[in-house]
Amino acid sequence: MIPMSFILAAQAAPEVIDRIPSGYNHFVIPFCVGIVFFLIWITVGCIRILLNIPHSDRLRFWKSLVSPVTIYKNLRDLFCDCLFHVKIWKRKPLLGYMHSAIAFGWFMLILLGHIEVALFVPKRLGISRSALFYPIFYRFFVWMNPGHTTLRGWVFFFLMDFFLLYVLSGIALAVFKRFRSLALGMKHTTKPSLADRVALYSLWLIFPMRLLAESFTADLSGGSFLTIPVNHLWHLIFGDKLWIMPSWWCYSICLGLFFAVMPFSRYMHILTEVLWILLRNAGIKPNHPRKGVAEAEIYACSSCGLCLDACPMNVQKKNLKYSSVYFIRFLRRHNERKINDIADKCLMCDKCHALCPVGVDAPALRRAQRATVNESIAYDYSYLGSAVPVHTATEGNAPEVMYFAGCMSHLTPRIIKSVEKVFNAAGVSYVFADEGGGICCGRPLMLAGRNDAAAKTIAANKKMIEESGCRTLVLSCPICFKIFKEEYGLKGVNVVHYTQYFNELIASGRLKPSMGRERLVYHDPCELGRGCNVYYEPRAALSQLATLVKASKEYDESLCCGGSLGSLTLDTRDRAKISETAVSSLMVNNPDKIVTACPLCLKTFSESVANSTHQVSPVRVVDFAEAISESIGN
Amino acid sequence: MVDFGFGLVPSSRINLDLFDKQKYEELASVEPDVRKCMSCGSCTAVCTAGNFVTTSLREAIESIHNGQPGKALEMLGSCQLCGKCAMVCPRGINTRHLILSINKIYGKI
Repeated sequence: MIPMSFILAAQAAPEVIDRIPSGYNHFVIPFCVGIVFFLIWITVGCIRILLNIPHSDRLRFWKSLVSPVTIYKNLRDLFCDCLFHVKIWKRKPLLGYMHSAIAFGWFMLILLGHIEVALFVPKRLGISRSALFYPIFYRFFVWMNPGHTTLRGWVFFFLMDFFLLYVLSGIALAVFKRFRSLALGMKHTTKPSLADRVALYSLWLIFPMRLLAESFTADLSGGSFLTIPVNHLWHLIFGDKLWIMPSWWCYSICLGLFFAVMPFSRYMHILTEVLWILLRNAGIKPNHPRKGVAEAEIYACSSCGLCLDACPMNVQKKNLKYSSVYFIRFLRRHNERKINDIADKCLMCDKCHALCPVGVDAPALRRAQRATVNESIAYDYSYLGSAVPVHTATEGNAPEVMYFAGCMSHLTPRIIKSVEKVFNAAGVSYVFADEGGGICCGRPLMLAGRNDAAAKTIAANKKMIEESGCRTLVLSCPICFKIFKEEYGLKGVNVVHYTQYFNELIASGRLKPSMGRERLVYHDPCELGRGCNVYYEPRAALSQLATLVKASKEYDESLCCGGSLGSLTLDTRDRAKISETAVSSLMVNNPDKIVTACPLCLKTFSESVANSTHQVSPVRVVDFAEAISESIGN
Repeated sequence: MVDFGFGLVPSSRINLDLFDKQKYEELASVEPDVRKCMSCGSCTAVCTAGNFVTTSLREAIESIHNGQPGKALEMLGSCQLCGKCAMVCPRGINTRHLILSINKIYGKI
């Protein structure tokens, strides 16, 4: 019982008395074995990962740890991603509550436990035999002087019970989610492996066991609003014969078991996530699908399964097995055949990466995996030098803009015509880089994991652009745009997508579109939206000429059109299913036109709309440039 | 020998003894679409690389049938995997994967 008399500790005997002088009891053994095994495992793992990354990256990592900007970023990410799970909160509040209750609640229990020991029994901390387990089982080892509970002690009692209840509520939700995941906003959940199951059940048991153990000892070591009433309940049921020792044994066994299986289960992410966030914020990128940084990345995956619902392939249940979560699981298991299968299937739409609460870049790992297989394929690009058109500008007479249409736009010439019409209407002087046909930008090669070959086409195109003297490069294909922006390293050249450029033309008054009555829906192409973070400009421009309606999934949740070059093995029928889903997501508000800004999406959607029989009024699929050029008249 | 004014040059002779059935089946199991090709030549018509060098997926597939995988590999060496052929193929062949698979299977000698 807690007497509510808050007497200052100085007046009387010590508030807390070390009940067991040796500070040890046999029941701590299972916990100690588990945690020691786990600590050795993670220390060896960390050292291995750091040794496996290239020397320059390692240097970068150490430097990032002392740079104020990265320190701020690290602290922010550690709190937001590891403890509070802000990303999940934003998307699925109930799921966010569940995760943060377990993560943050447990963290607070451990932290407060250590503070309590430091304040009341400081000799048990620091370098002592009991430092490992004493703060965890603090309530077992102490006796609370009932007459001398201070406000300080009372606050700790309250906080410990509060956070225990907080964690228990999270666990209750987790158990519920196992049976009815849809109620928490998840249609599909990951199939747990055997180690996952053992870890999961021991995790579920840890906190109820803690409540049991602490409530049995509550009349000795004190408690608050949760443990004291439960203690009374036990007294009512069992009388004076409380099962203190068995309950503390159980608690210790659950903890020990959890830590022992942790390295083989999804829960390894709890600590690997920290290392991954530090490495990620240092700007280190994996160059192998499994070694070095990638190892930290794949063990940071929590197997939460949010990527299952995110993946556009999963409109068909048979494709669930190609999701990023399973890709990473097989990477951990070194199952080469399955890894290659999954790596080749992916559309590279990047949605799993965008929605991942830990920021695991699975598409990059898949690219790295493809490179291990495809990089060695022989090629002969000796013709590139003479293939690239030459646009040498005379001094000071370079056109304002260089327009690069790219391979795909050449198959949908209505885009090119519209772009040229807009340029002419706005009085932009331009040179059409690949009018007679140029070479590929290199992105499709990179997506197939052939970086060496891509570097050759990049070099050839780069030379052409630099020689032209143009200061602005406009691209009508997001696939080209992404690689020109990220890999070309064009100094002094402003690389823009035509949605951005046209929006600028409208904003500066050089282009005056007329407002129509149509209702448009805009589709975010993967490479433009998630790939290059261009969401605002196309919408800003389109809202000048028509009413924009919403799609059911947009911005970073936008669905792949199904035509993506990213997938190497997905067949036509599966692609058609994806297109259907994407179109129906766009059609929820019955727009007159679907506007997209990618030649591949344009072609895919046009075909899908033409094939669908169940639509009442046919919707037109147009390109962004077409929509703009139609609105400026002739 | 009587000179008829024309003759068969060795390069245009087809030697079916050289056709490696096992490898072809391996290719077909990795990318079954290879069987779908009807040699229409759409892929060749739009080919980005074909604009500059002699290359043709259609011919490459035919070369494999004719027991000349070396010729196929040589042609596909210039491919940039841009995917235009996949966009135009009337049979919906997954051309990029087919090209990669031909390279992988016939390239390893």
